[in-house]
Amino acid sequence: MGATSTNKYKSDGTAAGGLLEWVDARFPFLSLWNDHLARYYAPKNFNFWYYFGSLAMLVLGLQIITGIFLTMHYKPDAALNASGIPAAFASVEYIMRDVPWGWLIRYMHSTGASFFFIVIYLHMFRGMLYGSYRKPRELIWIFGMLIYLCLMAEALLGYLLPWGQLSYWGAQVIVNMFTAIPLIGTDLALWLRGDYVVSDATLNRFFALHVVAIPLALVGLVAAHIMALHEVGSNNPDGIEIKKKKGPDGVPLDGIPFHPYYSVKDIVGIVVFLMVFAFVIFFMPEAGGYFLEFNNFYPADPLVTPSHIAPLWYFSPYYSILRANTVNFFWIDAKLWGVIFMGLGTVIFAFLPWLDRSPVKSIRYRGPLFKGALAIFVVCFITLGVLGTLPATPGLTLIAQVCSILYFAFFLLMPIYTSLDKCKAEPERVTG
Amino acid sequence: MICDDKVDCGRRRLLVATATLGGVAGVATAIPFVSTFAPSERAKSAGAPVEADISKLAPGQMMTVEWRGKPVWIIHRTPEMLDTLAKLTDKMADPKSGRPMQPGYAKNEHRSIKPEYLVAIGICTHLGCSPSEKFKTGAESGVTDDWQGGFFCPCHGSFFDLAGRVYKSMPAPDNLEIPPHVYLSDAKILIGEDTKGA
Repeated sequence: MGATSTNKYKSDGTAAGGLLEWVDARFPFLSLWNDHLARYYAPKNFNFWYYFGSLAMLVLGLQIITGIFLTMHYKPDAALNASGIPAAFASVEYIMRDVPWGWLIRYMHSTGASFFFIVIYLHMFRGMLYGSYRKPRELIWIFGMLIYLCLMAEALLGYLLPWGQLSYWGAQVIVNMFTAIPLIGTDLALWLRGDYVVSDATLNRFFALHVVAIPLALVGLVAAHIMALHEVGSNNPDGIEIKKKKGPDGVPLDGIPFHPYYSVKDIVGIVVFLMVFAFVIFFMPEAGGYFLEFNNFYPADPLVTPSHIAPLWYFSPYYSILRANTVNFFWIDAKLWGVIFMGLGTVIFAFLPWLDRSPVKSIRYRGPLFKGALAIFVVCFITLGVLGTLPATPGLTLIAQVCSILYFAFFLLMPIYTSLDKCKAEPERVTG
Repeated sequence: MICDDKVDCGRRRLLVATATLGGVAGVATAIPFVSTFAPSERAKSAGAPVEADISKLAPGQMMTVEWRGKPVWIIHRTPEMLDTLAKLTDKMADPKSGRPMQPGYAKNEHRSIKPEYLVAIGICTHLGCSPSEKFKTGAESGVTDDWQGGFFCPCHGSFFDLAGRVYKSMPAPDNLEIPPHVYLSDAKILIGEDTKGA
């Protein structure tokens, strides 16, 4: 990593100092500490938007810890028990009613899932506000996109586990999306389910992927995301490179050590976050059906479909795009177009570093075209999200179609409007 | 392969060959892991074809058998019921069964092997609800005055005719699926397989 990593710790003569010297001679403790915390120089002008990276790590940790404790009581088993209830559903009820404090752990985990997406969406929006995806941070952004995709997979897989009606029928709808793929679609869906219908085989594999495979991938990707970030340095609300102006000691003039300055700042963010988090857990864990859907309090029944299948709120913008495709084009039917555009809608963010041709990074120095486009995009994203939770009617479908077109136009027209835009000059130094 | 004086070409070649073979072995090892995702023998046997006895199914009646956890309908259509199909052609989204929702032997107007018997999976092609039967015709059906009989999905309001064909402009994109099936005799249908020999 940095040039500071060659120095080894020298004991100050105390027992603790001696131990540290012993460890540091055998493990790069001091250089890791310096490279990532004490001598990682972050821009001094971070604002509110810069809380969400560390909050995302906090939520990841919370989800892993609460998840470990949930697996101690949960049973991924679709067989009916003596009362005629599927064992998986019954084990979640058991956690909620009989395991001491089980309800708290479970609500932390279910609320944590929604909060994870709130934090990640705000974190991504920060990147779009300040151009954090631009050169030289393209790989940080791509690692971030992979984290986002893993997170969506994790949420999807985890949602089947309570084995309620919406777990079951949601998985049914999602696995059936793969049948839209020509030629291999039907066999692929069969391979994913491991049975002709969503069944015990599906539940067990979703459990394995949810608790082992995807979390491992997530932790690895988060490490890559942070290593790439600390290699090139953080962006900031001015979107200028602090490494261009260094003092005689080689430290950026506008940089301050992450620890203690930002570690302490982040603690404030964490405290406020935990207050909101605890409020939701204790007073509104279902969040009006948005964090835990009411139909999921009925056990899965393969013979009765709920009358309205809505995805959880964090998928609803993409669900809207899926449903908005109602026209068959070029021998490809609307169902496949829907799946294609939904997939594109999630991965298109990854191309932002190359779509954006603006001479400046931050929204502070961008011109009216980009500001307008971003505002329209945000309105469309939120509108699509709201529509995705409502039953489709012809009028609402038309709105969803307009919003879907504008959603993709934001990305596809970006090379044009960002190069035409009238930008302001960036400052030499950060503006505080 | 670039080989100059500084590189021992023999060793380099051996190295590449070993790495290639090792890579092939590594990829081959993935096959059993990927295969574990396929339906197990137990799931396959639970999804085996089922036999239905239609000897007691009176004209105008319908029976349901379960195959792979899904309801399969067998409907004994009367000549009057069959007559309705031709009248409805203009109202159907896919009257000629052009889309692959049935085996080749059911790609005809009545969507079956024998015109009088319809075998169809009773799952709406929209989002998987099970439609209910509306065999009564006209005003008595409670649908419309010119209703010719068929099926109605209560979830999102799709209508199907007596051959499981979906009406135009419905949430459901396709006709009801016809499962592979074969007549073992005049009174017995095997559902889930096309050939008698299995």
